[in-house]
Amino acid sequence: MPENASVQELSAIANECRADIIRMIELAQSGHPGGSLSAIDIITTLFFREIKMDPKNPDWEDRDRFILSKGHGVPALYAVLARKGVITRDDLWTLRRINSKLQGHPDRVIMPVVEASTGSLGQGLSIAQGVALALKLQKKSAHVYCLMGDGETQEGQVWETAMSAPKYKLNNLIAFTDNNNGQIDGHVTEVMDLDPLADKWRAFNWAVQEIDGHNYQQILDAVAKAKKETTKPSMIIAHTIKGKGVSFMENNIGWHGSAPSKAEAEKAIAEIEGRKV
Amino acid sequence: MSDKATRDSFGEAIKALGAEFPKIVVLDADLSVSTKSVHFAKAFPERFIQMGIAEQNMVGTAAGLANSGFIPFACSFGCFVASRYETIRVSVGYSKSNVKIVGTHAGLGTGEDGYTQMALEDINVLRGLPGMTILQPSDDVTTRAAIRFAATHVGPVYIRLTRQKLPALYQSESVFEPWKGIVLKEGGGEVAFLASGATVSESLKACDKLSKLNPWVADFHTIKPIDANLILKLAKTCKKLVTVEDHNVIGGLGSAVAEVLAEAGSSTPLLRLGVQDTYGESGIATDLYEKYGISANQIAARVQELF
Repeated sequence: MPENASVQELSAIANECRADIIRMIELAQSGHPGGSLSAIDIITTLFFREIKMDPKNPDWEDRDRFILSKGHGVPALYAVLARKGVITRDDLWTLRRINSKLQGHPDRVIMPVVEASTGSLGQGLSIAQGVALALKLQKKSAHVYCLMGDGETQEGQVWETAMSAPKYKLNNLIAFTDNNNGQIDGHVTEVMDLDPLADKWRAFNWAVQEIDGHNYQQILDAVAKAKKETTKPSMIIAHTIKGKGVSFMENNIGWHGSAPSKAEAEKAIAEIEGRKV
Repeated sequence: MSDKATRDSFGEAIKALGAEFPKIVVLDADLSVSTKSVHFAKAFPERFIQMGIAEQNMVGTAAGLANSGFIPFACSFGCFVASRYETIRVSVGYSKSNVKIVGTHAGLGTGEDGYTQMALEDINVLRGLPGMTILQPSDDVTTRAAIRFAATHVGPVYIRLTRQKLPALYQSESVFEPWKGIVLKEGGGEVAFLASGATVSESLKACDKLSKLNPWVADFHTIKPIDANLILKLAKTCKKLVTVEDHNVIGGLGSAVAEVLAEAGSSTPLLRLGVQDTYGESGIATDLYEKYGISANQIAARVQELF
C-alpha cells in the first residue's frame, strides 16, 4: 500500500474498505454499517496520509495516535488496519466472534493498536486529551486524532473536555465529528439537536473547520490547517452521509446497527465495486 | 506521634514520591486544598493538572496519560470520583489503564457536610470492577506505604482516605505488605475485629472495654483483593467475627469477608457493623460514629450483646 496515497488512491482504498466493512458485518450478522461507511473516508485519509506509525512496534513513543471515540464505527478502523497490514484480512472475518481480537467495540488490551477501549460514548475525547497532555509533557511533536460521532456529542463528558483542552493549549489534538445526522432513535436533529454545532465548539475556544467528510482533499487541507494552530485544539466538523457508498443504506437510520443479509451484502458490494448485479 | 488525617499523609507522601518518580502526575477537580494534592501542585506545578469541577473528564484524561506511560493520581472526594463509574469502568478498568484514583472524605467521618459529600458506597461500586485494587490505610505510616505501593503497582488502584484525624498505629512502613492484612492485636478464642481505615483504631479502642473477651484486631488496608487466608485463620481461631467499616455494609468490607466465609463453608457467625443500608447525615464525625454504631463504645456494646 502506498505510504503517501494520492487522492485517487485514497478513493480506491476507501472503496475496498467499504466492501470489507459490508462483508465483515454480513458475516458477523451484527454490527454498525451506517456509521462505519460515513467515517471510512476520514479514517482512510488519516491512516494513509497523516498518521505516522510502525506496525511492528505499536508502542513507538513518537507515533501519531488515532482514537475512535465512536467505538461502534470500528469495522471501518479494522478494515483500514487490514489494508495497512497491521492485521490480516482474514482477521476481519472474525469480527464479533468469540475469542476474536476484533471485538464489537475496540479493545486496547487485546489489540493495542486501537489505542483506546471505546464504545461507551463520550469518553474518547477525554482519553485523547490525556494522550495530548502526555505528548506535551514529553515534548513530543506527534498528533492525536480523535474521531467522534455527532450523536455522541450529546454526552456531557464531551463538553467537559471541550472546556479543558483549550485551557491546556492542546494544538496537538485534532478531533473530527462524523456529522452524519443519524443515531439509533432517528435523526440527530430530532433526537437532540446539536445546532449550531460549529458555534458551540468555537465558543469553547476550539479552532473549528467544516468540511465535506467524503472529500479527501478537503480532509487533507483541514488537517494541514489544524496542524498550523499554535494554541488551539481543532474540531473538524465533517459533514457526512450515513451509509455512504451503498445507495439503499444512505441516510437510512435503519442501517445504523443492522447487518445486511447475504443478498443485500452482494448488492452493496457490487455497487461499491461499480458492478451490475 | 500526633493524630493525622490520612488525606494529609497522602498529600505529604505524593509530594515526596513526586521527586522520586518523574512519571507521577496529579489531577484534581477543584478540591486540591481538601484532598491535599495541593502539596504536589506547589512542588511540581508542571505535573499538576487542574481539571475544574469535571470528574469524569478527569478520569478519562488520567487514562490517556496512563496509556502514554505516566502514573496519574486523580483526586477528589470519594463520592464524586467513584460515582463517575461508567468512565472508570471503561476508560480505566476494562482498559487496564494504570490510573490511581484517590477518594478522600470516606464515609461518616466527613461530618458536618452531610451525606452528599460522604463516600458511603464507593467501595461497593468499584469492588465489582475486575483488576481494581482497593486500598484503605488506617494511619499515617500505612498511608505512606499504600501510596508508594500504588505508585509502583501496575494497574488501576482506588485509595480511600479520611477527612478526620486518626491515631498513629504503626512504627514502620514495612508493616504494609501487599495483599496481606495486618494482625494489629492478637487475642483469644472468642472474637476478632476485621476493620479497615478509620474503624481500625475504633476497634482497637473497643478492646479496652472487652478485656475479658480479649479480641483480635485485623487491619484490612487492602479490601480488594481481600486477604482470604487471614479471614479464614481468624474464623478458625474465634467463635465470632465482626467487621467494622465506615461504609454501607452492602458491598464493602463486610460483604468481602462474608463472601470468603461462605465459599469456604465456615460456620463462624459474622456481625457486620457499619452503615446499615441507609444514607448518612450531618453532624460531628464522632457523634455520627456513635449514632451509626461504629464508635469504640458502640462496637464494644454490640459485641458484648453477642456473648
